[in-house]
Amino acid sequence: MPPDHGHGHTHEVDFDPASAGPDPHAAVSRLGRPFRLGIGGPVGSGKTALTAALCRALGAEVRLAVVTNDIYTTEDADFLRSAGVLDPDRVEAVQTGACPHTAIRDDITANLDAVERLEHRHPGLELVIVESGGDNLTAVFSRGLADDQIFVVDVAGGDKVPRKGGPGVTTADLLVINKVDLAERVGADMAVMLADAHRMRGELPVIAQSLTETPNAPDVSAWVRARLGGPGQDPR
Amino acid sequence: MTGLAVLALADARFPGGGHVHSGGVEEAAARGLLTDVPSLREFLHGRLRGAGAVQAVFAAAAAHAAHRAVPRGHWAVLDAELDARTPSPAQRAASRAQGRGTVRSGTVAWPSAALDDLIAATPRPHHPIVLGVLAATAGAAPREAALTAGYLAISGPSSAGVRLLGLDPMAVNAVVADFAADIAGIADTAASTAGADPADLPAPGSPALDLLAESHDRHHQEEVRLFAS
Repeated sequence: MPPDHGHGHTHEVDFDPASAGPDPHAAVSRLGRPFRLGIGGPVGSGKTALTAALCRALGAEVRLAVVTNDIYTTEDADFLRSAGVLDPDRVEAVQTGACPHTAIRDDITANLDAVERLEHRHPGLELVIVESGGDNLTAVFSRGLADDQIFVVDVAGGDKVPRKGGPGVTTADLLVINKVDLAERVGADMAVMLADAHRMRGELPVIAQSLTETPNAPDVSAWVRARLGGPGQDPR
Repeated sequence: MTGLAVLALADARFPGGGHVHSGGVEEAAARGLLTDVPSLREFLHGRLRGAGAVQAVFAAAAAHAAHRAVPRGHWAVLDAELDARTPSPAQRAASRAQGRGTVRSGTVAWPSAALDDLIAATPRPHHPIVLGVLAATAGAAPREAALTAGYLAISGPSSAGVRLLGLDPMAVNAVVADFAADIAGIADTAASTAGADPADLPAPGSPALDLLAESHDRHHQEEVRLFAS
């Protein structure tokens, strides 16, 4: 029953945490620092495009910043800056010493430094997206660097990619299958690809999307919102 | 457990951010100065005799100081003296970046009052000084700290050579192994001066490396570079 709270009417009590929208301060308060989201995947799978889409979709409601693992002042950081989806001051580029997987998994020092520089420069940040340099199917983020991680593969890479497995496909908190609009042209069977993805991942979620058709990545954005603000979500 | 700490600090697996630095190898390779195993050998030889020797000297001095439990002000002096022996701003930045990374891992693995004092004196200490403090905390002598610094002066750059030029890793590994006597000699010298007044510590220079580091830094603004230094 809706409680009367002393000014002549009642409000509905809503127990659906998602209906009120994300709590803009939840990420900071639960962890004592911004939530760190890793985005990894093979070269060309669309990691940077997804990062830009998330900036577009979430930038107005979540205080966020991005660390790119790329070659300094070139492709990825420049793309994000020039796409106008984020204040250039909110982008830090990390050099990986020719080994993207080392920088996000084995020795995360350079990335932690970049994350902390952003946190220092922008007090009150809620989300830091760490985008990996393009690597292979074995690359995953250290849990010392990323609270959650998204692994991105693309249809153009072949519909056999999910079944090849690897820790990115099997253990990432979210698997994104990108460029589904190209499936027909590259002869990829989406039904097989999705079935394989679910078979490899068990209960872990899979989202198939086309940034050409939905430039703001609504499904992935919703997943990130839930991870940021949803009560009961337990970031490591 | 002296041996283990020194081995761990010298291991490429040590999570101190060393993998993003090539120690001038990338710039030299981009300029065509470094193309094969013999030219890498020459480069590493010069690097060891200049920058490597300075790093060994300061690692030994820092280990010596940590063993003596010096007053806090000593760490600021030691850090400033290494600054003075590193003319290239890019190299100073690279050394402090690796120092900070090593502090990050070191405070977890080998916490100590000396490390706290060093960080209080400078939050981004030079890499060899952190190395010396951590090695000493684990019980290592100044000479062992110097050996570690000398080895690191060439091991990271040799690995960068393998990655950038596709050199035969076994041939490059043999080159590094062949420097054993040189590194030992540098460590002996470093150990002999470890207790000296910081202002009197040796200061061999490597002008070519200084110039390569500055050039590498400039090229970041213009073209592709994979390593931070």
